[in-house]
Amino acid sequence: MSETRSDSIWTCSPSETASVGEALGRLLQGGEVLALIGDLGAGKTCFVQGLASGLEIPEEAYVRSPTFSLIEQYEGRLPVYHLDLYRISDVDELESIGWRDCLDGEAVVAVEWADRLEGYLPADYIAIRLLSKSPEQREIQIAIHGRCPVWWEAWIDLL
Amino acid sequence: MKTRYLLAIESSCDETAAAVIAIAEDGAFALRSSLVASQVDIHARYGGVVPEIASRTHLEVALPLIQDALREAQIQRQDLAAIAVTRGPGLIGALLVGLQIAKAIAFAWKLPLIGVNHLAGHLEAVFLEDRTPTFPFLALLVSGGHTTLYRVDEHGQYKHLGATRDDAAGEAFDKAAKMLGLGYPGGVQIDRLAQQGDPSRFPFPRSMMRQDQGLDFSFSGLKTACRNTLEKLALPLEPSILSDFCASYQEAIVDALWQKTALALQLQSLSSVVVTGGVAANSRLRSLFQNQCQKYGYSLFLPSRRFCTDNAAMIAAAAVPPFLQARFDDLSLNATGKLPLDPSALPRGPRRPPRSTQNT
Repeated sequence: MSETRSDSIWTCSPSETASVGEALGRLLQGGEVLALIGDLGAGKTCFVQGLASGLEIPEEAYVRSPTFSLIEQYEGRLPVYHLDLYRISDVDELESIGWRDCLDGEAVVAVEWADRLEGYLPADYIAIRLLSKSPEQREIQIAIHGRCPVWWEAWIDLL
Repeated sequence: MKTRYLLAIESSCDETAAAVIAIAEDGAFALRSSLVASQVDIHARYGGVVPEIASRTHLEVALPLIQDALREAQIQRQDLAAIAVTRGPGLIGALLVGLQIAKAIAFAWKLPLIGVNHLAGHLEAVFLEDRTPTFPFLALLVSGGHTTLYRVDEHGQYKHLGATRDDAAGEAFDKAAKMLGLGYPGGVQIDRLAQQGDPSRFPFPRSMMRQDQGLDFSFSGLKTACRNTLEKLALPLEPSILSDFCASYQEAIVDALWQKTALALQLQSLSSVVVTGGVAANSRLRSLFQNQCQKYGYSLFLPSRRFCTDNAAMIAAAAVPPFLQARFDDLSLNATGKLPLDPSALPRGPRRPPRSTQNT
């Protein structure tokens, strides 16, 4: 599971962070696992809201923080699972919310607080780290683990 | 007149609860017992609700709790006329414990079964009080997982007007408490510390406040502001600064809740408002809503704290209208983690995040 490819983007507002998510969402083909890592308030949910736009999830779906509900499911041009592990403390709990069922190879799986999943991520996943550089600025680091998705070159060309 | 008794079970999240109400022939009802086996101590160690632990604990406490509820109501099981249970939304493992117990009891004791939406329970909790609103009224449901405005036209008829776009108000309390190193539940800790604090010391933002942004809420910007403000302060905070911080943060949440509530009252031409859910137990929310409603001539209905936080009495109250109309569920009733109160809801305002000028 070595990091093979990575990329880094700076944003200056929540709407720019969402725009990066949206651009990525437009490229996804299904089956990708996105591991979102960042502190409270770094913009993980904001990124997923943009991602949802790019995946054509309808506006009335109210994509929002799943901290309380733990898992949300949306239908866009691809099915999407949105998980939040903030309140999860061990792997048994993860299994009990249906983690295995999400990895069906077709759905896009976006996992907030994925650093709590260490060792349980599939071989192929995309790590998305959101780092606060100032109150407004974020560095978004995207790293491909395992197999390189077919859209990676298109992603690099975008930037 | 023959009194009929209804037993209700609630286990959607971290509370196991059981209640008994007595229903008179004319439909009036009175609470006979309401017990909550608080699991807060167990969850405090984990900084939040842990679903697997919740299911296990529900299983351990549910049956003794039901027996206690019957005993406290001074009835025998033969006196029961129906059993009501929360069928969603909530944590599926937790919900299933209550639901399976209710189904087993319904089957064994030959009782009709009524599945209740947990959110409907919160909205109907106000009818457990002596002073009740007349229809139609506005309801603000504000808890760890929900921040939603409904128009209530009749028992069981809830129209979704607006909701949070990101974090729920209770989540905003819990996450700030976590950043401040306070215990769980965060809202209670912040409420306590804020009592001595100055709410104007830290200028926290109120987002989504423009009228054209409709009746939706947003609390994630506030959470980020909380973190950014903390980064500039020396940690741990001195007690007086901590109090001011909590008071200012709490004021931002409660003020945003009031502003949207006031707008909804105006837009819907309503004069009564019910505030319910766990965050409705917050003392600053209660005092601010009381002051503002008095000032602008609205009738405010705040269920007592024990009916605002999760309980089974509210599930019993929500089961009364279907009970009176003999609308029962069969034993195939299933629990559902997601169960919107108003499935036809279409949120107001733009939903997509604004695109940056620099198009990707």
